[in-house]
Amino acid sequence: MIKSELVQAIARQNPHLYQRDVENVVNAILDSIVEALARGDRVELRGFGAFSVKNRPARIGRNPRTGTRVQVTEKYVPFFKTGKEMRERLNGGSPQAGWRG
Amino acid sequence: MSGKTVTRADLCDAVHRRVGLSRTESAALVESVLAEISDCIVRGEPVKLSSFGTFVSRPKGQRVGRNPKTGQEVPISPRRVMVFKSSNVLKQRVNGALVGSGVAVDTSDESDDSDD
Repeated sequence: MIKSELVQAIARQNPHLYQRDVENVVNAILDSIVEALARGDRVELRGFGAFSVKNRPARIGRNPRTGTRVQVTEKYVPFFKTGKEMRERLNGGSPQAGWRG
Repeated sequence: MSGKTVTRADLCDAVHRRVGLSRTESAALVESVLAEISDCIVRGEPVKLSSFGTFVSRPKGQRVGRNPKTGQEVPISPRRVMVFKSSNVLKQRVNGALVGSGVAVDTSDESDDSDD
């Protein structure tokens, strides 16, 4: 499924909304997550998972081909940890579990 | 760890402000979006969200683990896991905003995803 198909699926469930609005809804959600991570904040979506940022400190790496040492600078990377509910659903737990009431 | 945690409530708020729908409806839509993504992954279908990232479910084979408390070896059964691979746009956005900022976040690297 790609973003436009996600938008279509949500639009189908909400015939009273314009597809354009649904598109804005999906973008507002994704943008909020991106903006939070860019601030170094964590995004916790119970049942689904949590997005966070991890710091990889500077280190001395090696060019695997030549073996020369190279300085690798510090970096920040986005990270996702799957939620408990999601993990259980993937492994035959209750199919439509809790957080959706 | 850095300061704040963003939750569903904040996402609902963003939808409410940016799209102008009621709070109740915004909340329902946030749930629908997460549910749609989850259902898709549980069905085994990847979810690709351009300029954000890709969620996929991946099978893991059986392996031998260890009870960290007792040191006893225990077999870990084969299972499915959900993996998120962030897009280059997201990676650059995050790294560009934070590198050199000294923002304190988790430095641990216990995960099995070492994607650069």
